[in-house]
Amino acid sequence: MLRYALKRILWIVPILIVITFVVYVAVRIGWNPVASYKRANPRASREKIQQYIEVNGLYPGFSGYFRGYREWLWSFVQGPDNWPRSIKGRALVYPQLRYAFFNTLRLAGISAVLGIVFGMALGILAARKPGGAFDSLVNAGAFFLGAIPPFVSGVVLQLIFAVNLKWLPTGGVYPPGHQGFDLVLMVKHLILPVSVVAIQTIATYSRYMRASLIEVSTSDYMRTARSKGISESSVIMRHGVRNALIPVVTIAGIDLGALLGGLIITENIFNYPGMGAYFIKASTTGDFPLLMPYLVIIVIAVLIFNLIADLLYAVLDPRIRLD
Amino acid sequence: MPYSTRGFALTETANTYSIDVVEGLDSSMISPRRMAWRRYWHHRGAAVSTVVMAFIGIVVILAPLTARYGINEQVLEIREGNNIYLSPRSIAWFGTDDIGRDMYSRLIWGVRTSLFIGAVAAVLSVVIGTTVGAISGLKGGRLDDVVMRVTDIFLAFPFLISLILLREFMGGVPWLTGIIGEKSSIRFLIFLFAFFGWMGVARLVRGQVMALKEREFIEASRAAGASNRRIILRHLLPNSVGPILVALSLSVIGAIVAESTLSFFGLGPQAGEESTSLGRLVELSQQGAKQGNWWLVVFPCGFLVLLAVCINFIGDGLRDAFDPKLETGSSR
Repeated sequence: MLRYALKRILWIVPILIVITFVVYVAVRIGWNPVASYKRANPRASREKIQQYIEVNGLYPGFSGYFRGYREWLWSFVQGPDNWPRSIKGRALVYPQLRYAFFNTLRLAGISAVLGIVFGMALGILAARKPGGAFDSLVNAGAFFLGAIPPFVSGVVLQLIFAVNLKWLPTGGVYPPGHQGFDLVLMVKHLILPVSVVAIQTIATYSRYMRASLIEVSTSDYMRTARSKGISESSVIMRHGVRNALIPVVTIAGIDLGALLGGLIITENIFNYPGMGAYFIKASTTGDFPLLMPYLVIIVIAVLIFNLIADLLYAVLDPRIRLD
Repeated sequence: MPYSTRGFALTETANTYSIDVVEGLDSSMISPRRMAWRRYWHHRGAAVSTVVMAFIGIVVILAPLTARYGINEQVLEIREGNNIYLSPRSIAWFGTDDIGRDMYSRLIWGVRTSLFIGAVAAVLSVVIGTTVGAISGLKGGRLDDVVMRVTDIFLAFPFLISLILLREFMGGVPWLTGIIGEKSSIRFLIFLFAFFGWMGVARLVRGQVMALKEREFIEASRAAGASNRRIILRHLLPNSVGPILVALSLSVIGAIVAESTLSFFGLGPQAGEESTSLGRLVELSQQGAKQGNWWLVVFPCGFLVLLAVCINFIGDGLRDAFDPKLETGSSR
């Protein structure tokens, strides 16, 4: 299993290079930074444009993509201090990315833990008696809440709790002008965005968990476990849930990886300066030196969490051999 | 078993038809299609949703008759001398917006555009996805590997990031613009969603084809000399019509929500003054929320959620009708 994991981790490098190259070319074609520079500075001299091209590695033609990408990659692997600066305003990339990353990590981490734990708990409780009153309630609730897009629930929660009742701030991490660390203020600002994400996650995972557990509970080993005379809760927890977790873990792995890319919609509604806001800022201007390290983080996160899901899969189900 | 197993990768190869066969023996010789039809209408949520969607569909298609005002026509409230931000009343059932247009009429025109985008994008992506999935599932080998790796990466990536990157890329290729239109046109959005949406369908159809192709009736038709094309069109696709229909219904709402999401970031259709869409109305609701004009939030968002719930129910009903144990490509 260790060898398998190492092999998968080594595979990340080529995948990363292919994806970043594809995105690099796509961004160069899609945004065409040289053309937009000319549009923004119509009276720039030829030397000025040439200098802009040289500094940012925006060489023309298809071979220019390779050359530009190689130069970007070379400075990228030399560490954050040498990362190419953003093409608009020549700002350093690393401090911005770091700030955004930890903001998102806080938001996504809390809501994922809350969402998955509560979602699974509700799913397990509902699956104990399929068709019962509690089950119908959970099922209907998850169905309706899961159908609400986050920008709708975000706007509605903001309207109720921030604008009308004024209990919570409308957005941000701290009030404007605040300096230093303040846990209470931070938590206050996190409540609304976390609830938006957690509602979605709870709705999804309660449905997954419930469906999976009901499917498992018709199997023979559950009947055998019951006939041994152990208590019902032990049957469900030790024999049911462990097997029902297998498909859920796979989905959770994919979801968690994607979460680190930022909760683009939620962060936008609540003006939260996380990875999603970072991406939107970088993508509206086509600022690829900002965009590329962001993509590297996402691709790594997606691949690593997929790997973790696959490893957990083998731990939960010994019949699966990874090598 | 009326529960949903949406998103389960593991039930892909489950024994698909045993339940149908048993029920077929019980209920004295009716065709499988008829049985599916019956099961569909027994799903209460799906039945109600079908009626609601049919009603919305008729209202929206007859928009020139049912809308009380034109898309950009202003409500003329002469008595009060001012027609902006009116709360709901008899002259404007759902209130008016920032320049005095009737929300009720705009909602009808908007839902009309959005349903059109959703339906066309869904059909396109299902056609592309079915073709790719069927071919790669039947042929297997190298082609199958490549298609599945690409699909995996696209599906693992956060949906909005790939959508925005793809949008910019497709808008930046000059010769594509001639075919699929400007970045802010409705035609462009349809192609974008189709291009983005086929992968989930392809994976689903591929799974279905892989499970079916080892069965005896395929072997029999191969022995009788049928070509790959005939096997796909006459045997594999008719036997996977259930999952394909489910994917179709979920793609519709996927495209509608995606349109609203893009609009929310100002990246939606800006098709000039002649049209509006549900996404554009939802986009304005954020502004409405901050000013406390609740009707600008409740009606567009309410309709979006209503459409989402109805179409999800229809998908659920179709799934139960054709096969109670089924994987669908998640249309995130």
